[in-house]
Amino acid sequence: MLKAGSSRAVIAGPIRAGLRRSFATVQDPPVRRYGGLKDQDRIFTNAHSRHDFSLKGAKSRGDWHRTKDIILKGDSWIINTIKASGLRGRGGAGFPSGLKWSFMNKPGWEKDPRPRYLVVNADEGEPGTCKDREILRGDPHKLVEGCLVAGRSMNATAAYIYIRGEFYQEASHLQQAIDEAYKDGLIGKDACGSGYTFDVYLHRGAGAYICGEETALIESLEGKQGKPRLKPPFPADVGLFGCPTTVANVETVAVAPTICRRGAPWFAGFGRERNQGTKLFCISGHVNNPCVVEEEMSIPLKELIEKHCGGVRGGWDNLLGIIPGGSSVPVIPIKVCEEVLMDYDSLKDAQSGLGTGAVIVMDKSTDIVAAIARFAHFYKHESCGQCTPCREGTTWMMNMMDRFVEGRGHRREIDMLLELTKQVEGRTICALGDAAAWPIQGLMRHFRPEVEARIDAFRAREGPVLFGGRLGRDVEVGLAVPDNLGGSLGEVGVGAGEEVGKVVEP
Amino acid sequence: MFTAGIVGRRLAHNRVTQTRRSISRSIPRLSEAIFNHRDTPYNNPKIPFEFSAENLKRAKEIISRYPPQYKKAAVIPLLDLGQRQNKGWTSISVMNYVAKVLEMPPMRVYEVATFYTMFNREPIGEHFVQVCTTTPCMLRGSTEILNTVCEHLGNIKPGETTKDGKFTVIEVECQGACSNAPMFAVGDDFYEDLTPESTKKVLDAFSEGQKPKPGPQSGRHTSENSAGLTALTEKPYGPGQHCTEEFR
Repeated sequence: MLKAGSSRAVIAGPIRAGLRRSFATVQDPPVRRYGGLKDQDRIFTNAHSRHDFSLKGAKSRGDWHRTKDIILKGDSWIINTIKASGLRGRGGAGFPSGLKWSFMNKPGWEKDPRPRYLVVNADEGEPGTCKDREILRGDPHKLVEGCLVAGRSMNATAAYIYIRGEFYQEASHLQQAIDEAYKDGLIGKDACGSGYTFDVYLHRGAGAYICGEETALIESLEGKQGKPRLKPPFPADVGLFGCPTTVANVETVAVAPTICRRGAPWFAGFGRERNQGTKLFCISGHVNNPCVVEEEMSIPLKELIEKHCGGVRGGWDNLLGIIPGGSSVPVIPIKVCEEVLMDYDSLKDAQSGLGTGAVIVMDKSTDIVAAIARFAHFYKHESCGQCTPCREGTTWMMNMMDRFVEGRGHRREIDMLLELTKQVEGRTICALGDAAAWPIQGLMRHFRPEVEARIDAFRAREGPVLFGGRLGRDVEVGLAVPDNLGGSLGEVGVGAGEEVGKVVEP
Repeated sequence: MFTAGIVGRRLAHNRVTQTRRSISRSIPRLSEAIFNHRDTPYNNPKIPFEFSAENLKRAKEIISRYPPQYKKAAVIPLLDLGQRQNKGWTSISVMNYVAKVLEMPPMRVYEVATFYTMFNREPIGEHFVQVCTTTPCMLRGSTEILNTVCEHLGNIKPGETTKDGKFTVIEVECQGACSNAPMFAVGDDFYEDLTPESTKKVLDAFSEGQKPKPGPQSGRHTSENSAGLTALTEKPYGPGQHCTEEFR
């Protein structure tokens, strides 16, 4: 038996290779196309502020509809719904929201006498991002209701909404919404008649990008300088005023009630696995019609731009590169833009990130080095100055990038700059250091030839350049200039080995 | 002694024939704003400042939002309130007064006032023009807008006030209206979708004492597609529509 079996296997081998048996019932799974969200599936129905934003208008668009029943379902029901919906944080990091909210309900939380807070991060300052603004001025009641639902799920006693100080109109719309909700008994004591007490407060910031970081936001809310705290302890243990706190983005909180009402499977039906849902995308830069639009997750980047923004200025082929998620993520070149899907995983695979969904489009007329150098200025300006690598590193990066804009540098300095970004990245308390490093890394990853060409052109025009941007011709001949300033070093690749024994190019 | 002197002089003579070596020093870095306070006739602790009755009521309401033992959480809103009352800038008296109201050390207030960019610690003009120049605006031509603003107001530089004290222009980082770039904010209002022409128009209106309509200056409503809506064209769905069975 055994022998026969093994010999049959030997014979079967070559035959199987020729005749692959197919099954009638199994087919190739149909290729799913993402995008093309219908209006009935859009959550932010007043994103363009074309309708009444007050309570009356909000109620007519389905806000505050049977919120009491959601509250009465209890914390674990809401958290499980959010978990099942696959919602991931919309503020940039993309942490699963249901999981994050569940950290507030540790075993034995009832015995903790401290108040518990939900803090909503409306300090939208990432260059390119303008999605929360549309929620705050068009659909403020979605956010207030979201505070109640998310707050209930984490058994919070109050919510603070930290809105950036520049958003004055948005803050007044939101304050009006809060006042209306209090008056109508929707929040406050016995919110919506559910017996649950929940307060919502508005807090205006005063212009600091760093306060968008969760612990910096907590510090700022406590009336201090917005300097991030070390973690642990995590805010869920010790947060605002020393109490358990969860910080969540406006969009994350504002979609929660609609998910609860329409069901997790509905929300999970959009987008790819692990990237489900709908998302507000804000497209700026060189497109014909920049706009903010809610679309399905995983929509191809190209389709998003062609469909909602009238395409790239001068046609798709005029595209140079796209920053797909706000200033903190690396730029991707046109080739990648053609294939990439707008979701967390696809963009991560493209060595970029979804960030806040802020698409900054740059066409061929863009001075890409200057564009990234401007980001370096931004981060230098916004670094809070707490950690040395970031405080000093952002200034260094800015200075070097400024020199590269005109090409005043040494080719080797590109690698020095990259080394510098690597030294800043991951060595600071918060992610601002990383965020400052990534755009430069992205630039050098995809547009290094452009930078090198500028350096060569400058060198051809002005002669050799020392490290640090000093011109070779300005150095006095009689002075003993140290070798490590690169004065006598030939350029890598061009004229290599010109100076005897100095350049070793493998 | 004597010979040494001669040798020394001769050496010095030789050196003069070469180019003189300059003393190397680092360039003093000028920050946008200094962080320390110097008493001036217009800004010193002796100038009295107090909230008006209306603002005091507002301040009480703001303080009530925070736990009583954390009154100092209200420092940013209160400084903002004080700044509004004090013609748009936060003097040392405003800071000291806020410290008194919140029962916190003045130093803690100074820390906050110097950290956040929206507190102006020098007087500003009547209209505070803040031109955004971060990359998304830069891509849409904010450099041109900034130049237009500066030229139109009589060739001032960013950070300066016009001679008549009507306008102060500064360059600011991202204001969060990137789909409506380029933009500037005058006081609290955003003016978006600017062109050099509409920039001049807005500024002219302000200098004539009017208040132009905030928002996009190109005719579009907010941040929708300017060539026609691509989303939200239908009537919004109503309460209970499309909801699950139990929430209809």
